[in-house]
Amino acid sequence: MKGRKLSRRDILQGAAALAAGSIFASPARAEAPAPVAITPELVDAAKKEGKVILYSSMDLPVGEKLGKAFEAAYPGISVQIERSGSERLFQRLDQEFASNIHAADVVNTSDASHIISWKKNNWLAPFVSDDMARHFLPEYRDPDGMSATSRIYLSSIAYNTKLVKPEDAPKSYADLLDPKWAGKMVKGHPAYSGTIMTATFQLVRELGWDYLDKLSKQRVMQVQSSTDPPKKLALGERAVMADGNEYGVVLLKEAGQPVEPIYPTEGTPTISGPTAIFASAPHPNAARLFQAWLHTRETQQFFTDYTAQYSAHAQVVPHPGRRKLSDIKLMKEDAAGVEKMAEEIKTRYARLFRV
Amino acid sequence: MTAAATTAAPKTRIDWTKPVLSLVALCMVVLIALPMSWLAIYAFTDKARHPTLQNFVTLFTNPDFLDPLLTTAIIATTSALICCLVAAPIGWLVSRTDMPGRQTIRALVTASFVTPPFLGAVAWELLAAPNSGLLNQFYRYLTGTESDSVLFNIYSLTGIIFVISCYTFPFVFVLVANALDNMPGELEDASAILGGKAWTTARRVTIPLALPALVAGALIAFLQAMTLFGSPAILALPAGFHTMTTKIWSLFQYPPKLELAAAAAVPLLVLTILLLQGQKFLLGRRGYSVVGGKYGAPRQVELKAWRWVALAFCLVVLLNPVFLPYLALLNAAFSPNATTLVTPSTATWHNVVFVFTELSSTQLALKNTVILGASTATIGTILALVIAYVTTRRVITGHRILGFLATAPVAVPGIVLGVGLFLSYTRPPFVLYGTLWILLIAFLTINLPSAYQQLQAAFATIHPELEDASRILGATRLQSLRQITAPLLRTGVIATWCFIFIGVMRELSAAIVLFTSQTKVLSVLIYDLNESGDLAAISVLGIAMLVITFAVVMAVNRIPVFGGNATARLRNS
Repeated sequence: MKGRKLSRRDILQGAAALAAGSIFASPARAEAPAPVAITPELVDAAKKEGKVILYSSMDLPVGEKLGKAFEAAYPGISVQIERSGSERLFQRLDQEFASNIHAADVVNTSDASHIISWKKNNWLAPFVSDDMARHFLPEYRDPDGMSATSRIYLSSIAYNTKLVKPEDAPKSYADLLDPKWAGKMVKGHPAYSGTIMTATFQLVRELGWDYLDKLSKQRVMQVQSSTDPPKKLALGERAVMADGNEYGVVLLKEAGQPVEPIYPTEGTPTISGPTAIFASAPHPNAARLFQAWLHTRETQQFFTDYTAQYSAHAQVVPHPGRRKLSDIKLMKEDAAGVEKMAEEIKTRYARLFRV
Repeated sequence: MTAAATTAAPKTRIDWTKPVLSLVALCMVVLIALPMSWLAIYAFTDKARHPTLQNFVTLFTNPDFLDPLLTTAIIATTSALICCLVAAPIGWLVSRTDMPGRQTIRALVTASFVTPPFLGAVAWELLAAPNSGLLNQFYRYLTGTESDSVLFNIYSLTGIIFVISCYTFPFVFVLVANALDNMPGELEDASAILGGKAWTTARRVTIPLALPALVAGALIAFLQAMTLFGSPAILALPAGFHTMTTKIWSLFQYPPKLELAAAAAVPLLVLTILLLQGQKFLLGRRGYSVVGGKYGAPRQVELKAWRWVALAFCLVVLLNPVFLPYLALLNAAFSPNATTLVTPSTATWHNVVFVFTELSSTQLALKNTVILGASTATIGTILALVIAYVTTRRVITGHRILGFLATAPVAVPGIVLGVGLFLSYTRPPFVLYGTLWILLIAFLTINLPSAYQQLQAAFATIHPELEDASRILGATRLQSLRQITAPLLRTGVIATWCFIFIGVMRELSAAIVLFTSQTKVLSVLIYDLNESGDLAAISVLGIAMLVITFAVVMAVNRIPVFGGNATARLRNS
């Protein structure tokens, strides 16, 4: 830092912070840094580090495909993916940080409330790419530049078309309480999966704990990750999926498996998956490059097309033949609400479902 | 030469035994007492580390904990019983009869031992999940019944007991078969000569001599079933209940409740100590030192026409831990849908390609696992050897404590030991979390009890008079240990090495608490894949894991560890 000159950006940042400070009386750091483009310098610096470690809750084949795409775009930088449920990743990161272990560069969680906790801990590094600044609506960006929404997706219900006739299939969450589905449903776990945590919060808000109480009496097969129920459904292990990734169902359906998503009449829980860089990232430049690349129009389009999820990037066009988000009745996300309620959800859920 | 010999002679008189052994004892205390102490501190204090019994009050008044405790007791007792009922007859058939294919049966039991229980559990999911399971599909196909009629449900208490027994009975088998192998024929001959009928001989001689091994086996089976994490985690949660280990694991969910987790380990610890005491009481003070310098080959029973019935029985039993699961894994590895039968036209390399070229954790996990397996097995065997020697020959004062320390980890579920180690090695002076060292210590501690038990049993069958003879002739303890006892123990030592190596491959419960992204092992990778439902990838990785294990075990069995002495076994046969 010795002899460092003030750059134009520093002055602009300072001025902006000052302006923000005087108007909103908020701390100076509550201002996103200036947007960064993918420059040859950044790429070179990233290549010197040679590696980026991504903690992610994305379905594994989907995540690895994303990693391979990055490796193809920037040869010489390998992507190592640590896949687990978001709630598990949250706990592991807590455990690792408490022991002063900083292995993770980038994290993509499916529980947006985690960003709130990590921000409070000062664990995140601010970073805004050109694409984020230009093409992501403010609601899909952290105001301080700590994260951006890399993917939007749903937790729906679904059924196996070999085991259930379309006319008999449930149409709503209320239908799942019909005794005829007892012992025939599979669902994920909110203490493991951020998707299920977020979806459970929305269900509790819209339908009350009473709904989950009744659902728990239906002898539901309990799996962990929200990526598992679509697979159990495709195997024919259970006829109906009570919750789980809608994109998993769509991908399996497109691959010829006998599954069909259902968008419940009460509304479908919506999940956004933000990505953030850790301030302690062992490969900080590779992390920035990955974060910038992940939010480019090309990557977001590829991601949308390949994974059947939705993008917050304004220029990304929906994949033809798939349902548009605007055609689905959605439940609203509320990360701050989840953050307040997460522990209660874990405790009450465990009591109801006994696991 | 003569000059050298005379000058060297006084040096050999220095007996390094005590300092060496004391050092090992000290290591043991650190290795085991440290995590145990932290567990004790956490169990008996609150968050501010003020002494309290509140954790136990919570534990014993809350049905959330009592139910899993009861379930665990049922699983452990039933599994141990089933293991004995299956392993004892097979052990006897293989060791003492003329049943055809005895070596093959031994190899197949080894195969079931090599199979990690969590992999077996996944394989049995493929076979007996109520709706998609291959066996249930086959049953419906054969009988033409309704699409929801179910023959087997692996997601049930019975299912879990079954799967755990499948991969625990080899522990009992190994002990029983070894005991029967090493039993001198003269004792049974004597009984026969004195007019004892076959059954009398069995009742008065063979069974009492094999009983310590069977009781030890039952004990190990009980403790294995009690502390196992992978199989219940994979099967009990979908079935809608917890065992103690999965309950303890759930206590690590954010925000972690380490005090309760530590307290929950205490009943398991107490139970184990009681069982170990019970074993001592049952077996009394009778000595079973039967391998002296003078004995004959074990008697073989002629089964006549029953030979084939016996073989069929063994094969039917082995259908469950070996044939069916391996077929299911192979099928899933090459199937586009894990539980659809592969045909030549549907077979795909997709899963193999995914695991070895796309899955970014595969190589790292493979490397870590093999490094940890080999180093743990080597260090562990040496450690167990020394401790077994000290306790059987009562070399230093406090040998009992050493024996207790070596056996104690058996009482601590791997997952709880994982926490103990985590608490011990994330603070100075030993900051090891995030390195392979902490996993090495964990695997060492976990595998020590069975390694120690095995080598202690081996020592117990070698009469000290052989060593005494050597020492009378002027050798030090270490010399006689190297020249007399070690060659006799060769088989036991190699077996123990393999035992630990396989143990590391099987280990999941401590690893799952202690791994970081850079120290991931195969078992954790497989467990993660199971949680996200990637059964085909698990099958490919599982098969790779089995191939590696078999290759290593077979290679090790061909290495002459003790050189020329290796063949010098005091066997008349």
